[in-house]
Amino acid sequence: MFSASLLNPESPQTLAIWALLTHVGILLLGAFLMVAGLVVFSLIRYRARQAAPEPQQRFGSMPLEALWTIVPLVVVAVLFVTTVRTMAAVDAPRQPDRTPDLVVTGHQWWWEARYSNGAVTAGEIHIPVGQKLLVQIESADVIHDFWVPQLARKMDAVPGFSGYIWLEADARGVYQGTCAEFCGAQHAWMRFVVVAEPDASFSAWLQHQSESAPIPTAGGTEADGARLFQQRKCGDCHVILGTAAGGRSGPDLTHVASRLFLGSGISANVPAILAQWISDPQAAKPGNHMPDPAVTNPEARAILAYLETLE
Amino acid sequence: MSWVSRTDHKHIGGMYMLSALLFAMAGGVEAMAMRAQLAQPNLKLLTPQLYNQIFTMHGTTMIFLVVVPVLIGFGIYLVPLMIGANNLAFPRLTALGFWLQTSGGVLLYAGFATGAAPDAGWFSYPPLTEKSFSPGAGLDVWAVALLLLASSSVVSAINLVVTIATLRTPGMTMQRLPLFVWMMLIDSLMIVFSQPVLAASLVMLLGDRLLHAIFFDASRGGAPLLWQHYFWIFGHPEVYIMILPAFGMISEVIPVFSRKPIFGYPLVAASSVAIAFLSYGVWAHHMFAVPLGRNFLAVFAASSMLIAVPTGVKIFNWTATMWGGSIRFTTSMLFAVAFLLEFTIGGLSGVAFAAIPIDWQLTDSYFVVAHIHYVLFGGTIFAIFAAIYYWFPKMTGHLLNETMGRWHFWLVVIGFNATFFVQHLLGLLGMPRRVYTYPDLPGLGSLNLTSTLGAGVLTFGILVFCCNLLVSLQFGGTAGDNPWNAWTLEWATTSPPAHKNFDYVPPVRSRRPLWDLSHPESPDWLAAPQPLGGRRMTRPMTQDPAKLGMALFLTSESVFFLMLILAFIIFRGVSLREAAETLSLPWASFCTACSLGSGFAMWQADRVASRPAGGSPRLSLMGAMLLGALFLLGQESEYLRLANRGVTIGQSLFGTTFFTLTGIHGLHVLIGILWVGLMLSTPMPDVAVSMVAAFWLFISGVWIVIFSVVFLWTFL
Repeated sequence: MFSASLLNPESPQTLAIWALLTHVGILLLGAFLMVAGLVVFSLIRYRARQAAPEPQQRFGSMPLEALWTIVPLVVVAVLFVTTVRTMAAVDAPRQPDRTPDLVVTGHQWWWEARYSNGAVTAGEIHIPVGQKLLVQIESADVIHDFWVPQLARKMDAVPGFSGYIWLEADARGVYQGTCAEFCGAQHAWMRFVVVAEPDASFSAWLQHQSESAPIPTAGGTEADGARLFQQRKCGDCHVILGTAAGGRSGPDLTHVASRLFLGSGISANVPAILAQWISDPQAAKPGNHMPDPAVTNPEARAILAYLETLE
Repeated sequence: MSWVSRTDHKHIGGMYMLSALLFAMAGGVEAMAMRAQLAQPNLKLLTPQLYNQIFTMHGTTMIFLVVVPVLIGFGIYLVPLMIGANNLAFPRLTALGFWLQTSGGVLLYAGFATGAAPDAGWFSYPPLTEKSFSPGAGLDVWAVALLLLASSSVVSAINLVVTIATLRTPGMTMQRLPLFVWMMLIDSLMIVFSQPVLAASLVMLLGDRLLHAIFFDASRGGAPLLWQHYFWIFGHPEVYIMILPAFGMISEVIPVFSRKPIFGYPLVAASSVAIAFLSYGVWAHHMFAVPLGRNFLAVFAASSMLIAVPTGVKIFNWTATMWGGSIRFTTSMLFAVAFLLEFTIGGLSGVAFAAIPIDWQLTDSYFVVAHIHYVLFGGTIFAIFAAIYYWFPKMTGHLLNETMGRWHFWLVVIGFNATFFVQHLLGLLGMPRRVYTYPDLPGLGSLNLTSTLGAGVLTFGILVFCCNLLVSLQFGGTAGDNPWNAWTLEWATTSPPAHKNFDYVPPVRSRRPLWDLSHPESPDWLAAPQPLGGRRMTRPMTQDPAKLGMALFLTSESVFFLMLILAFIIFRGVSLREAAETLSLPWASFCTACSLGSGFAMWQADRVASRPAGGSPRLSLMGAMLLGALFLLGQESEYLRLANRGVTIGQSLFGTTFFTLTGIHGLHVLIGILWVGLMLSTPMPDVAVSMVAAFWLFISGVWIVIFSVVFLWTFL
């Protein structure tokens, strides 16, 4: 179910690239086998025998050399035409007034996705099966690259630029994605998943993600946690919709408990790891930009209890 | 310490190779550290920070401290011998090149050892490499070290070009040059044109990092993609700089061990010239995943596919050379044959990358890691091994041990393919490059383990090679002058060659002078088809070597200034208003007058000095110096005026481009003044006057261009 392999393309775009790749692969394999065959044949047929005289000295052959210059030229000309056709299939033109369905922004070292209805997620993108979404790719800091091998081409996220790709899945599933352009200390853990689901459950998910976080009932540990979250200035970097927390330099936590992974794929979303992020974020993911929140153990437990309510 | 000051090309060529070998060990240890960390998912042998430093150091080391210098080292050692010369044209420049190279390498590793290591990959994309994201000193050290290495390459390249142009023995026409010399010639010219592009990029990066300039800083309006364009305009020719000499080596080794002349000499040489030109038009294929226009990208797909053709034809020429021959399987020949096959794999996967949608999937994945290693290891390094087994006897007088050679060969071939072939598959499975670890997805663990085990075998093979070098240097069989029965001039002298290389240079009447000597019944000059237009370039150029060297240096400088002027023009749109408001045309006209006046004085000095019975050029030189100093004073006062108005290098894109361009130009004026000052304090030969005059007139010319672009264009 979880896969990252482009050997299993699951969208029209990646199927088109896969078709090109297999055709080119066969062509190149043929070229290699021909060269290897000629080399191996020469080695066997023309190996020096004992006290062999010097062989006949040949200096070249205009017709032969013309042949092996012109044939490759023809081959690359054909390859070029195929390339341009596939480019058009993968990067189908978009209407200039079409607004993106989804804006994905690369940060050191996590991905933010903003839907047109206002829902914001981190490290996890949901899409409806069989629908072609226009995704705008941006960067908040350095250059990243958005890559879901089974679903779409790579696209660099360059600060100051917007890139556009079509994102689509033919079948339900959880598809692995990753940053492909080296972007600093935790480039390795700048992964994400694309969850493709039927339209109905996608719509429900999207609706839910755009809603505010539940307010914990007063008096419980969760309410303490909610208060501490604000006191310890967590809201300077994180958004929790419906509360005062509105910082945007860290991942949106409005529905953090609903996500599959933490830390851009470095671990599954389990309470023990979330607790580590609260008490010692550098242990959870060395080098990440989250400062030490300096909370006591009871405080951390309260914040954890609160965050776990953010389904 | 006499070896420090020696300038014999063989000595310095040997030192180049030796230092490359030492740095290769460092690069190899770094490679093994990475493979160990990646052997299984989620290992914690290295911290992320250390892993990132190590892969950056590995790439930088292998490219700038191993492959380039070892190839230049071979060129420096072999070119004079192959063209029948006693030494390189500028022996002291040979030494300068080596010591610049060494200081760059030592600086880089001193930084690494003291914690100032670069950690952004060998192509250092900003804004990651801006001070705000990489605050340490590592990237500053890296950039300065690369500036030293780039200047070293230019110095050596000029030396090689001038040597080939002026020091060929009588009869050694361009059409009779050994192909290795041809490749070194093209290579050197490419170095002259490409390294200044790197130097300009590094100056701009250092400006950003140390002086708060804005060139690549996206957050203040700079253009991070400008770095990518500039870097790859240097970087792709650099790839060919690292492969052309290898083509040359293969073109010497395969014919000798097939006992046939190279098949289609003119095509092999001409296709390499085509590569040199095309290599400047393919840079954006490193940027296919950047959001750029589709038509723009398609042009680069076409050029990248086109460049595969002149590369590919050579594979056929080498195969045809073996065809019908009498092949001797020495270790050298084994490596040459392995080169043919491994390089073909690397070349073909390169063609796949030119098909843009394939690149959209596979770039920045492990597939590209496999590709570059098939080209640079399976290609260049295998050719270097072939060359070492071939020329070691000439350089040392001892044959390398063939038994150890075979162990070396098979271990390296098996280890290399086990390490890197599976990386193609890792790329197809979606593993990105430059990650310190990876999730436990199906297949990744076992393939990575295979790669790591392969790297172990490869390392073992390299150790066998090192043993072979050490053992054979002491106990290897005596080589004699010509152990392989080869045909080029280096085999006509003793092994190792004496200080002045030759007692006697045999007559050169064809491409294979020693074949002609041993086959008087069928010499090549009777049997081989004679080149068309053979009378052209039959004699070495009679031009003064110093003048040719200076011309090449100024060519390199022109490219350097061109890149800075282009940067000004690229940002001209956003800075035009500020330029019009702050620049002062009277000031610029004053500087232009000083520049023109000093240029005229220099021209006078050169004229006087070159007249047979002329007077002393001292007065004119002093006049030029004075006007140069006035120019600088004018520039200083203008800088102060601008600074008082709040226009500085870190304030706006106008300040960034203006101060960088004029500042670097002013630095050249200062160098000119110091140079003239130095000359005035010593007795001066005429040629020295003409050198400084050429430099000075060039700098004045650059000012005229700057004046036109920066001032006239703004106000007209």
